[in-house]
Amino acid sequence: MLTADSLFQIDLELKKYPESQKRSAVMSALRIAQSELGWLSQDTIKFVAGYLGLMPMAVYEVATFYNMYDLAPRGKYKLTVCTNLPCALSGGEDALDYLKRKLSISIGEVTADGRFSLHEGECMGACGYAPVVLVNNHSMCRNMTPQAIDSMLAEFD
Amino acid sequence: MLEIEIDGKKLTVPDGSTVMEAAEAVGTYIPHFCYHKKLSVAANCRMCLVQVEKAPKPLPACATPVTDGMRVFTKSDLAVKAQQGVMEFLLINHPLDCPICDQGGECQLQDLAVGYGDVDSRFSEVKRVVPNKDLGPLISTDMTRCIHCTRCVRFSEEIAGAQEIGMAGRGEHSEVMSFIGLTVDSEISGNVIDLCPVGALTSKPFRYQARSWELSRRKGVSPHDGLGSNLILQTKGGRVVRVLPRENESINECWISDRDRFSYEALMSSERLLTPELTIGGQVVSTSWDSALSKVAEEIKGTIEKFGADSIGVVASPNSTVEELYLINKLFGGGLGVRAINTFGRMSDYRLVSESEGVRWLGQSISELRQSDLFMIVGSDLRMESPLLAQQIRQSVKRGAELCVLSPSSSKQLCRSVERIVRPDELLSSLVSIAHSVVVKIGKSVPAVLQLAGLLADDDPMVEAIAKVAGRGGRISILLGEQVENSPQALEIAKVASLFAEAISAEFGWSFASANKVGAQLLTVDSADPTFSRQRKMLIGFGVDLCADSPNAQLMSHQVRAADALVLFSPFKPLSHVAPFSASLPVAPFSETGGSYINIEGVVQAFNGAVRCAGDARPGWKVLRVLGNLLSIPGFDYQSVEDVRRAALGDLEKLSSSTLNNSIDVEDVRINEKHNALIRVGDVPIYQSDAVVRRSHSLQETKLAGCSRLARMNSKTLSSLMINHGDNVLVSQGGAEFSIVAEEDDTLPDFAVALPAVIDGCGVLGELYGPISVKKNM
Repeated sequence: MLTADSLFQIDLELKKYPESQKRSAVMSALRIAQSELGWLSQDTIKFVAGYLGLMPMAVYEVATFYNMYDLAPRGKYKLTVCTNLPCALSGGEDALDYLKRKLSISIGEVTADGRFSLHEGECMGACGYAPVVLVNNHSMCRNMTPQAIDSMLAEFD
Repeated sequence: MLEIEIDGKKLTVPDGSTVMEAAEAVGTYIPHFCYHKKLSVAANCRMCLVQVEKAPKPLPACATPVTDGMRVFTKSDLAVKAQQGVMEFLLINHPLDCPICDQGGECQLQDLAVGYGDVDSRFSEVKRVVPNKDLGPLISTDMTRCIHCTRCVRFSEEIAGAQEIGMAGRGEHSEVMSFIGLTVDSEISGNVIDLCPVGALTSKPFRYQARSWELSRRKGVSPHDGLGSNLILQTKGGRVVRVLPRENESINECWISDRDRFSYEALMSSERLLTPELTIGGQVVSTSWDSALSKVAEEIKGTIEKFGADSIGVVASPNSTVEELYLINKLFGGGLGVRAINTFGRMSDYRLVSESEGVRWLGQSISELRQSDLFMIVGSDLRMESPLLAQQIRQSVKRGAELCVLSPSSSKQLCRSVERIVRPDELLSSLVSIAHSVVVKIGKSVPAVLQLAGLLADDDPMVEAIAKVAGRGGRISILLGEQVENSPQALEIAKVASLFAEAISAEFGWSFASANKVGAQLLTVDSADPTFSRQRKMLIGFGVDLCADSPNAQLMSHQVRAADALVLFSPFKPLSHVAPFSASLPVAPFSETGGSYINIEGVVQAFNGAVRCAGDARPGWKVLRVLGNLLSIPGFDYQSVEDVRRAALGDLEKLSSSTLNNSIDVEDVRINEKHNALIRVGDVPIYQSDAVVRRSHSLQETKLAGCSRLARMNSKTLSSLMINHGDNVLVSQGGAEFSIVAEEDDTLPDFAVALPAVIDGCGVLGELYGPISVKKNM
């Protein structure tokens, strides 16, 4: 299900823990699987469970707990808007509304062309730069006023 | 030891105790939901908050270790206010549908809400609703009621061994569930029903059957495996409607297996035989006990007069009570001189009876067994044979013990283990090799018998594991299971195992899958002439389905067809009336008769009937007493079941160590030559183990029951036979054929076909561990 490269990366993670504690590598393994496949299907979760010698439920618990694991297909660009209090006070809700209107989708949906999906996120620890938007779980864009959002979207291919 | 004061009561507790444990020791109840003495501490319900002197805020009693001089207040204003606050939160999303909830009346949330809940709620928002989950045919769910204590999750991971239940999601969105599309298939899953402190997980067969306060509670003992789990049979209106565990730390702790919990369904099934039935000349007539028993007595007398006592064969279930077995032996053996009395279930090697020096047993008590540093299980699918014993071994492994399994087929151990899967006919030689290698490795002298097979590689993991523990003088237990008990080479395997145990100073014993195998051995007068070795004029069955419960269904079904007379003492209707004379006599199942069982550790456990007999059924000991009188055999005037017990056992509560003896008297052990012919692995499926379980509707719907309706082979065997996974195959044994679906199972040894001892239409199959042939069904 996963490429040799991904499996190699998971094996590297496994090496960090004792043989009997493969469970410790579950988060890394899920991250690696998601990076390759885009999202975590039930089959992917079962595969990861089998690879780590865990019950599928033990992996599913982790996959559903953390926001950054996607349990449904997402857009090429996954936009996560923080709506926790400091962001909300500084326009986080407005940024979310603007994105909703601009992309014509609501939270959890993917645009028809499959390019963007919109998600609500929890505090990213950058309240000083509120409102913040996280792109593809990795790059954080700050001070996301409507103009900033427009220029951010324009940069994506 | 630490000193602690709880609500003014001073006590000392061992280091490492928690406040909850200390409180329990002085009899102070601290309200709780998630805490359970057998599970890890989660401290997530927060109900057990108590005030601790000098602590700035209330602390959870279940997760707070006792420190020296600690002063705890469980009923102070601070503690009670904290507990009331927690209760308010717990009730926010609870539906409060107690009137329609099966848990109502025995619900911890309901009970504690009386003490700590407010009269009305300050929560005016919409409550959350959680969709129900399908956890299989045994556990019913109402997930909106869940308070997320995670007891079921911890049980499935820590006790059942595989985390089938988990908590998905986070915060307000968390839900207890199984993985999408999967049911909970553990053989001890029903315990989550008892663990659930609310009505989220309840018993599916019991759903809406009764309110808990309408039920009477009667003590019982499990009739399904050798452990002798203690039960509570709950009855309403003369029926058993639910079975719960009765705590006995030295036997079943606080758990019971699903087989013990749900088998009661068969007791009220339409398959119960409610009146004596006679078949004469093809006509089935219901009749009175008087006429049925006098006809049976006449028939028995007539048969003995005409053909002698050896023309009668008796098969009694090893799940029968001590009293029943005693009277069967007294009546047929002592009284009538019948020599063919088989009370050994599916055992096929009768030399085990003649060459054993005493009553074979576990070899130690169950609590001693748990203390072992290494378990070597030989020839047993222990999880299916004795689910709770397997569970206890898993707990020992968790605490650091080693587990070695040598078997032709075994369910996953669900814990750290070294396994060796071998063909059933190679069990003996493999055991000899392992024993030989271990004894050489620890530098002891090797008995001659153990030199019959060669040494294994020096780094063989099983040899290494055993030698390591034996070398440091650890406690080793060698356990033989049903696969040995039912093997044609049982005697040799037992001998080798006992020699091996002696050589490495290990404990050696048997784990039986029948409730009273120990009693059956103790009470059997003479069975040197096994029932099915030759044709009998008259077959008498007690508590068995003659074919399904025999070691060779094919032989037995020939016997049944050719017999002139058939007498069945059974709670259930017979499958067919075939003999010219046949009588079916309804005897009481375990719930309707008093009696006793002797478990694998030799403990006698007596019980009384929980309910009145259904229909005209009568306790087996009474039926046998009357039959004894009708046949004019002296000494059959027992007034009560206790009288019979006294005659059978005296006042014994535990068999003496002179009776219990695993020594085997045989010198000559020979090892068969290796060959590659197909061989059958005829294990007994967990939900086909006896006549009661077989008729329990819900158990038959479980995935575990379904697994047993397949012919399983490993991929090498399949490809050599040019069969694909899922093909229909024809299996034949002894000239009879049988069609079944093939399944690939790489946990099996090469050229072995796992074909259960009992499956629909299995009457045509023969030896459980004998040669077999398989071909694709064109």
